[in-house]
This record gives sequence, structure tokens and C-alpha cells, in this order.
Amino acid sequence: MNIHEYQAKELLRGYGIPVPTGRVVHSDTHAASAAEEIGGDRWVVKAQIHAGGRGKGGGVKVVDTIERVQRAADELIGTRLITPQTGPRGRLVQRVLVEEARVIFKEYYLGLLINRATQRITLIASTAGGTEIEEIAKSDPKRVIRETVDPAVGLLDFQCRKVAAHLGLTGKLMAPTVKLMKRFYRLFRDKDAQMAEINPLAVVDGTSIMALDAKIAFDGNALYRHPDIAGLRDFDEEDPKEVDASGHGLSYIALDGNVGCIVNGAGLAMATMDAITLHGGRPANFLDVGGGASPEKIANAFRIVLEDPNVKVILLNIFAGINRCDWVAQGIVKAIQDQEIQVPVVVRLAGTNADEGRKILNQSGLDFIPAQQLDDAATKAVAALEEKAS
Amino acid sequence: MSIFVNRNSKVIIQGFTGQHATFHAEEAIKGGTPIVGGVTPGKGGATHLGRPVFHTVSQAVEETGADVSGVFVPPPFAADAVMEAIDAGIRMIVVIADGIPVQDMVRVKRYLVGRDAIIIGPNTAGIITPGECKVGIMPSHIYRPGRIGVVSRSGTLNYEAVEQMNALGLGQSTSVSIGGDPVNGCDFLTVLQAFEADPHTDAVLLIGEIGGPHEVEAAQWAQEHMSKPLSAFIAGASAPAGRRMGHAGAIVSGEDDTARAKMDRMARLGVHVVENPADIGATVLRSLGRTG
Repeated sequence: MNIHEYQAKELLRGYGIPVPTGRVVHSDTHAASAAEEIGGDRWVVKAQIHAGGRGKGGGVKVVDTIERVQRAADELIGTRLITPQTGPRGRLVQRVLVEEARVIFKEYYLGLLINRATQRITLIASTAGGTEIEEIAKSDPKRVIRETVDPAVGLLDFQCRKVAAHLGLTGKLMAPTVKLMKRFYRLFRDKDAQMAEINPLAVVDGTSIMALDAKIAFDGNALYRHPDIAGLRDFDEEDPKEVDASGHGLSYIALDGNVGCIVNGAGLAMATMDAITLHGGRPANFLDVGGGASPEKIANAFRIVLEDPNVKVILLNIFAGINRCDWVAQGIVKAIQDQEIQVPVVVRLAGTNADEGRKILNQSGLDFIPAQQLDDAATKAVAALEEKAS
Repeated sequence: MSIFVNRNSKVIIQGFTGQHATFHAEEAIKGGTPIVGGVTPGKGGATHLGRPVFHTVSQAVEETGADVSGVFVPPPFAADAVMEAIDAGIRMIVVIADGIPVQDMVRVKRYLVGRDAIIIGPNTAGIITPGECKVGIMPSHIYRPGRIGVVSRSGTLNYEAVEQMNALGLGQSTSVSIGGDPVNGCDFLTVLQAFEADPHTDAVLLIGEIGGPHEVEAAQWAQEHMSKPLSAFIAGASAPAGRRMGHAGAIVSGEDDTARAKMDRMARLGVHVVENPADIGATVLRSLGRTG
């Protein structure tokens, strides 16, 4: 689960990590009064959306009068900001963060992540602040330093000193840098974060270090023990269909093709999409109905897939283990009857109670295209698509 | 005739008296799995499915000699249950729960260091040696005893592959789903090593997916150390970057994570790579020097 920059900075502040003074506002007039309250003579106005690349998309403005703060906020709030990470439709900006602008002497990257290779938390840092860490790791790997955290003892002082020394944060800056890293790690561990970045971490005014931007993603599976973090979720930043689907126990991701997919299990769902692609079709979505696919769940899956106007054919592929094909078949019959489905539906049932399931479908008198194997199903789905087109 | 579990295993179920655990334990017992008891804290002394219930895993081990545990405990309590099993000396721990916090698994992996246990899962369908022993939630009726070792992340894609192999007369020595989480107990490599050492396995099928380095690492080991043919399919060639495809670990975070990149590297390492998920069975057959 992702949160906004201003929320991440509030969390950092709560852990004693220095961040610029700032206020989050929903209107241009509030932006102006926030700037007055903050004081100073230069401010940064930053669009608050979950996607990165805001600077490149024009979502970050540095201004030096209150009027310009107001104008910048007015320009951002209510528009759809397009960045390299938002896709062509962009994201609606509903609020901006107004902050004091600090004089930056040097910028760094500081991150924490769960490293799949080591299966541990890794602290990662680089002198190339402001740049994406993946780019630096590729173009200039010597500038990146990594420290693996032993979960039994946590991030140790000497590891932080190694990183600080590598970054050149020595002298009077070393002790506060070590403290900042340890606090950052504690936040990551306490709140079950999955990925956290301070980018840039900056030396400001020559004497102090500060988090000028922050991004934190949390482990959705751990939210049950962090109601404070769960409360930071912004549903406006998520695809409403994905939220709708997850409310019904379905895992749905919209794609840009025209073959709607309803499958059980994430691996089989991906393989079904792959098979469709290999036969010249394009999947309209990923959808995993999970275990225990009741008739209601199947009916909801049809509804959600068909809300996508691009869907011209549906391929349902169920290999029942803990699922039961007779249940799934009841769901298909109910969905086709209730929702008056107009597109061809290819059905492949295998595994537990597959024969009973097929019998229910045959006796329903409904129009659908039965398929035996995965290949057969993908071929028939793509053929149905071409038939419709011709 | 197998790896990790067989007819001589002594299996306990943690969270034994729960509804989900009861259903799957009953199925496993029907299929001949040697379940010798179970653990539900607070219900020790009771009898469930004709087997004794214990308060703790160490009591269960002491009384029954159990060496395998199926952990059916819900996600918030699963990590503790796994460490309890490790502490009690269980050598094979199968964790079914889907949704264990990833940092809990980081701690479990640390706890495992220097201790002699293998964890399968979490977020797995489990492990089955057909006709002998099943610890998990897969439908045992689709598996056939045979000589192909199967290791996958996914459960249902494992069923798909097994059905394709059965149709070509290829049964399974053991089938293992290692689960879809980014931090999990045992990786592909550990399972490949066991299959290589098993005299009753002739060839191995690996079913991976987008995200993470472990499929390629396993293939690198296989190139140097494995005498048996290895076939592989990587799901998610059509998945977009940066999106989690159902499994917490199935996400393309860099160019090495894509299905194409993994398949290409594995092919160069001598793996029989399956391009079309419908050709999994046929590829395994070909890897044995036979055709259907």
C-alpha cells in the first residue's frame, strides 16, 4: 500500500528525522496562507499523487512570492498530472504540499527494501541523489553502497558509519547521519514497510541533513496490526475496479486487450494470459478468483470483467483443487442469466467435479463455447474474437 | 521413491481442529497420508479425526515421533507456529497460509539459520508424493505416481502441468509448490538439489513466474551440477511491468524480472524452456528423449 509524500514525511518527523516545514492544502487560497504561516521567501509547491516522476511532469514548482505560491497551487489542484509513471491519462491532483524551500548543498539517495536475493532487509545509498536508484545501479554501480541487515540484531551503528563514510557524510555530519539511518530503519521495521526511500536526502545550509522527499510502501498483509497506517490509504489513488474486485475476494488488474479472463490461481491466470497472447489475442485483464470460488464470486467476476467496454470475448479457465467445478458452473449460469451477457464465453473446467460442472452447463441450455485444454480454450477465444470482427 | 515426504513420514497438522485444516486433513487421511496427530493450543488431550491433539509441537513430537508438519494456522500467527515447529525439531514444515507479513518471514528465515529444517511455503498448495503422502490443499486425485519431479510457485498452474504430463503417461515422483511470496521458506534450488539426489526421479519440471532471481539461480546450479534433464516454464510473459500479478512476489521490478529475460537466460543454461503453457507436458517428454 502506497501513501502520499506528505504522509511519509509526517511519519519520518514522528521518528525524529528532519523534514522541511510544510503544510498540505486542498485549495490555492489555503496554499497562500500556508506559505505565510511557514514564512521565509522561497517555497516549494508539490502535487500530491502516488506516482513518481512528478518533477519531470511539472508537478513540483519552486516560487518566491506568496502570489506565485497561490498561482502554482491553482495550476496544480484539479488538473490531471502526467508523469513518466502515471500513464497517458495522468492522475488527478487533489492536494498540494507547500514547504519552505531549503538551500541544497548536496543530495543523496537513501533507501530500505526487502531484498529477494538475500531474503533480508537491505539499506541502500548513493551519492546520486534525486536520480532513480535503478538507473545509478546500472550506469555507475560504484556509487551505490548496500548493507544487509541481520534481523536478529537490526541495523547496526557501524553499518551506518560505513554508509555515511562512503557517501562522504563525515565530520560533524556523521553522527546525525547515523542517527537518521537508524531511525529510518526503526520506522521501516515497526510499521512493516516493504520499500522506503528518502530521495533526496540533502545537506542543507551546510550543517544539517534533511529528508526533502520521501516515498514509503507498506506490506498490505501487515496492515491488520497497523491501523494508523491503514488509515492513510487513499482510495482515490487506486483503480476503483481493483478496489471493487478486492472487496469481493477477487484479484483484478486491468490491461489493454479485449479477451476478458476469469481464472483461479495467480500462476494459471498468468499462463492463460500468455496462451491468449501466443494465439494472437490480447488479454483485457488479469483476474484470480482465488480458492473457494462461490457462485456469487464467479458472478461478480463476470460483472467486473464486463464493465470494461473493450471486452469482446470472455475466457473462463478453472482448474479446481479446493474449488469445485459444479459451484463454478452454477456461478456461470447465474451470471449469464442475470447479466444478459452478449459476448461469447469460452469455458474450460478441469479438476474437482469437472464432469458435474460440465453437466450443469450443458443442461442450462445457455450459449457458451466449451473447451477441453488450455490451448483449445485460447484458440477458441481468439477465433470467437475474429468471428465477431468479421 | 520421492523427496521430502513419503509413506514413512509422520505428519502432524498445526491448527488441527480448525475448519480448513480439518477438511484437508480428512482428505489427506483418506488418500493414505500418515497423519499421526495435531496441535491446537488449549485443546491438548482431545482426539480429532481419530488422532491425538497436543497443546504444543514439542509434545506432539515427543509422543508421536512426528517429523513433518502442515501449518494451517492463520497468517497473523503462522510465523510463530513455524518457529515452534523448527524448535521442536520438525524437519519438513509446509506453510499453507496466504498473507503472512513479509517481515515475519524475514525473521523466520533468520531463525532457520543453523537449524536443520526445510520450510515449504508460505502461500503454497503444498507437497505431494502421489499415493503416499500429501501435506497441503491440492486435489490428490489429479496426481499419478511416476518419475518426474515437479517444483512450481503456483498451485493451479502445477495442476495444469500435471494434467498435461498425465495425458502423456508421465507420473510424478513428488510435486512441490514453493509458494508465491517474495520471501519464502525454500527456493527452487533446494528442491532441484533434492530431485537430483533422488534415484526415483528421472527428470524435473520447474514452473516459475515473473519477479525475483531464483529461477535463474536454480538453472545456473543445474547447468553445473545436474545430470537429469530440466524443463521450465515462466508464467507472466504478457504481464505489464510494475504490477503485482496476484502473488505478492509476481512483479516485474527490473529487466531481469521479465518472463522473457528469465526464459532466455535459462535456455542459454541448457534448460528445456517451454514457450507455450500448453506445451509443458510435451516439453518434459522431449527432455527425456521421447516424443508423444
